[in-house]
Amino acid sequence: MPALEVLETGVLTTVQDAGRVGHALLGVGRSGAADPVSYALANRLVANPPRAAALEVTFGGLRCRAHGAMTVAVTGAPGPVSVDGRAAAMNTVIHLRDGSELRIGTPERGLRSYVAVRGGLDTPPVLGSRSTDTLAGLGPQQVTPGTVLPVGPPPQDLPVVDAAPDTVFPRDEVELRVMLGPRDDWFTEDAIRTLLTSDYVVSSRTDRVGARLLGPPLPRSRMGELPSEGIVPGALQIPHHGDPVLFLADHPVTGGYPVIAVVVSADLRWAAQARPGTRLRFRAVG
Amino acid sequence: MRILEYGDAGLLIEVDDLDTVMALHAALAEHPLPGVEDVVPAARTILLRLTPGTDRTRIRQAVRDLPLRPAAAHPVGEVEIPVCYNGADLADIAATTGLSETEVVAAHTAATWIVAFCGFAPGFGYLVGDDPRLRVPRRAESRTRVPAGSVALADGFTGIYPRSSPGGWQLLGRTDVAVWNLDRDPPGLLRPGTRVKFVPV
Repeated sequence: MPALEVLETGVLTTVQDAGRVGHALLGVGRSGAADPVSYALANRLVANPPRAAALEVTFGGLRCRAHGAMTVAVTGAPGPVSVDGRAAAMNTVIHLRDGSELRIGTPERGLRSYVAVRGGLDTPPVLGSRSTDTLAGLGPQQVTPGTVLPVGPPPQDLPVVDAAPDTVFPRDEVELRVMLGPRDDWFTEDAIRTLLTSDYVVSSRTDRVGARLLGPPLPRSRMGELPSEGIVPGALQIPHHGDPVLFLADHPVTGGYPVIAVVVSADLRWAAQARPGTRLRFRAVG
Repeated sequence: MRILEYGDAGLLIEVDDLDTVMALHAALAEHPLPGVEDVVPAARTILLRLTPGTDRTRIRQAVRDLPLRPAAAHPVGEVEIPVCYNGADLADIAATTGLSETEVVAAHTAATWIVAFCGFAPGFGYLVGDDPRLRVPRRAESRTRVPAGSVALADGFTGIYPRSSPGGWQLLGRTDVAVWNLDRDPPGLLRPGTRVKFVPV
């Protein structure tokens, strides 16, 4: 069986798929690819079924070797990609020979890239998913140098396109559309205005659970404790003391601070691609 | 009942008390609504995560039309948990409640507990009981490590730590029962609606 041997990882490389759906009532979150659009594109390029597991590489730094010939695609944060030292293109179908080495360098923009292998990474699924949930400790172990990831049998479908058009990744500033609520009524009108007119900068404390943001405070109109309630990815939670948290794929199932607004699903990928230092602007939509 | 918009793929149902949450959750389990992918019950709310494009007006109406009946009368299962009552906070719990340690243990084992919802970690159930004397706050300071199997009290709930983790609940004792086991289907022993009895060992 072909396999991908990981030789080096950057800050964090994990196996991800479309996530665990339907287990929230047992306290299990969805996890899954933080940028679902780039993940889906990688699978589409190699004609994998939509839920096939791929590698999510945070801020580049991945080096891996093909054991057996295989077809891969690299998508997401644009940056240098090479095969055996020769430059290769992102968002294309790449054929690796047995023993070939694939490298992904530091991205010029964005934060997370995806490596899909035709046939999918065939690690054992947990509750119907191969995603590593970094908060709950479910799914495959974090990928480390020496990890050998088995590749599943190729699907019947053949790749139909050689390349997908490159998506333009924003550089230092990202506008995210949000829907206010469900707890916007816990904040003053000034706080809502501040949220929608100020820059919030992604701090260095950002991971798959969420991004802590630095920006002007958002005063509450209501004191007291909010009983814990369900969280969704894209929820912008405002702790009583401390910085706002924009939750991402490995968010806790419930949280005890009010959520002032939620990033719309279509813009979640840009929240997940915002590296530390990125200035976020929130725009309210119906 | 209030139904709040929660982003473009969620609805948050807010009700007055935990009993209504449990009744509503039981009704949602009995009558699953098409378009609802995940149901997240909590203390005063149930979050519905919807398939993108689901008709939200239809879901709102369907939720309001659900027949509610007390969840306690219809447990989804029963579990017995043997506990060794030697927790590090037993003396503090006794002092807070005004009971003796023996009375705390007697009250905890005599009460009927029902899993209201899960959260905090996979398999961690928030159990509500019928003995108001056992209400104690969280510890002033959390522990960095609470061992797996610890049986604890806080904020009117009792719970069992599925794995070793940080935690701020007051420790009553320990059990050998694995409340979370991925080799079991379902892996969580304490599903919402399950009735639980604690037995001293």
